[in-house]
Amino acid sequence: MSGLEQLYQQIILDHAKRRVGEPLAEPEAGHPAGESHQHNPICGDEIRLRVELDGTTDASTIERVSWEGNGCSISMAAASVLSEMAAGTTRGELLELIDEFREMMRSRGTAEPDEERLGDGAAFAGVSKFPARVKCAMLSWVAAENALLDAAKA
Amino acid sequence: MDSTPTPAVASPEIGLTPAEVGRLRADFPLLTQTPGLVYLDSGATSQKPRCVFEAEQHYYERANAAVHRGAHSLAVEATDQYEAARTAVARFIGADDDELVWTSNATEALNLVAYSCSNASAGRGDEAAERFRLGPGDEIVVTELEHHANLIPWQELAYRTGATLAYIPVAADGSLELDRLDDVVTERTRILAFTHVSNVLGTITDVAAFVARAKAVGALTVLDGCQSVPHLPVDVKALDVDFMAFSGHKMLGPTGIGALYGRRELLNAMPPFLTGGSMITTVTMERAEFLPSPNRFEAGTQRIAQTIGLAAAVGYLDEVGMDRVAAWEEHLGARMAAGLTEIDGVRLIGPGSVERIGTATFAVDGVHPHDVGQFLDSRGVAVRVGHHCAQPLHRALGVTATTRASTYLYNTEDDVDALLSAVADVRGFFGVTS
Ligand SMILES: Cc1ncc(COP(=O)(O)O)c(C=O)c1O
Repeated sequence: MSGLEQLYQQIILDHAKRRVGEPLAEPEAGHPAGESHQHNPICGDEIRLRVELDGTTDASTIERVSWEGNGCSISMAAASVLSEMAAGTTRGELLELIDEFREMMRSRGTAEPDEERLGDGAAFAGVSKFPARVKCAMLSWVAAENALLDAAKA
Repeated sequence: MDSTPTPAVASPEIGLTPAEVGRLRADFPLLTQTPGLVYLDSGATSQKPRCVFEAEQHYYERANAAVHRGAHSLAVEATDQYEAARTAVARFIGADDDELVWTSNATEALNLVAYSCSNASAGRGDEAAERFRLGPGDEIVVTELEHHANLIPWQELAYRTGATLAYIPVAADGSLELDRLDDVVTERTRILAFTHVSNVLGTITDVAAFVARAKAVGALTVLDGCQSVPHLPVDVKALDVDFMAFSGHKMLGPTGIGALYGRRELLNAMPPFLTGGSMITTVTMERAEFLPSPNRFEAGTQRIAQTIGLAAAVGYLDEVGMDRVAAWEEHLGARMAAGLTEIDGVRLIGPGSVERIGTATFAVDGVHPHDVGQFLDSRGVAVRVGHHCAQPLHRALGVTATTRASTYLYNTEDDVDALLSAVADVRGFFGVTS
């Protein structure tokens, strides 16, 4: 695979078009939710992302992740993959996934991602070789982490 | 792509022949030593010919000493070279020696004017500094297409003095709405700051229209020459502006050096921005007297080697001839614009009929500029993507980012064609068909 094809794996190009989780959705009544807005001043990429939890008393499951944003295919695909993977996980599981994803993105191409766990997210391993693009991939994942914090406050 | 063959002898219309450009390229080590590189990002910073870093090296090996300090012969030699560099660069833009102040870059030059106005507004300077005093009710006018470097210093000056910032808007196609000059630039306007060439669109501003209006209302003119001085013959006296800022690194020179041109009587009336050593006459524990321009604006140990490198750069440009540089780049720019327009799903940004330098900014439908830039990079084509430090202009154009290809004298028709063929493949790669 050429460098370019490692960066733009087919899974990424597909997600950049499918955009799971777009547009931003109103949470159902009684469902706690948190939101985060992230902006990359270098390229202007932007995302507003909302995490909606279930309506039970401990609200521990992610009901839905939705977002609206504007950016390159890497950032849009990352938001889509995240939204697909997050639905149905617990808060704790999602935070762990975010940590794993971040670790992979910081690896400069050395990480061997666990495809079982990271699913389509593993396709971003190639992006970690392009330091200028890591922030694009991380934008929505950082937004999800902050949205979870925001939801915990609510 | 339909490529018109270039005649072997340069017609005046295209300035240089491909063979001449080929010989020039041999002077640029980075270009010859980077196989496959198609460098179309000179709008951000230019490559440098060998003579520029040789001049710096020669200075360090033969003449390095502190300038304007000390009586030993090495200090005299260093001072002579430093001042000779000033003369060379001043001549290059049609100014006198004492009208050229060294700065780190254009950003610092623009801030120098803004902060000197601030200091005048705080009461520094004598009666002659009155022209620089701003307060509530006064206006500073810029345009909507400015680089952030020619916007934010004026925003900040307005905050500090209570003056108001107004601007000449751009139309939907990115052209300046010149018919607004008369109602935006009024008797209240004290400073009119505008760019000579847009760093995003490459369009050349009608300087005469701005200067005429500024003169009619008694406003000072500050021209951002960052994108014009490297690419066009520029004569500040003919342009008749009060100040002009530019950067060395965009015109074959080293980083860390730029300059501010100012009319002599204005520079000598303006209170200094940075203060300290080498800019004073008499200092007591209470106060200091300042040297005349340009030294009053050159506090502290200066960027000596860089000035000598920049002098070598303007010598190089002079030898080629700025008329020919401009004609060659216009030729390359026209080839880029025509070629890009022919590619399906590619839209050239900016007004059609305005004169430009060799800069083409475009959008590829369905593909984000960041992805366009990455794809072009995989083909060896270096371009700039993003908002190019001009967010308000991008907002006015209704986009968050664009892709910009910008030429210089060392670019070839093959460089342009490599860009065009790479751009033609972008949508296919990203699976955009409609
Ligand atoms: C039109 C214009 N103005 C100002 C600047 C700022 O130049 P510098 O960063 O060298 O100070 C640039 C360069 O980026 C420019 O293109």
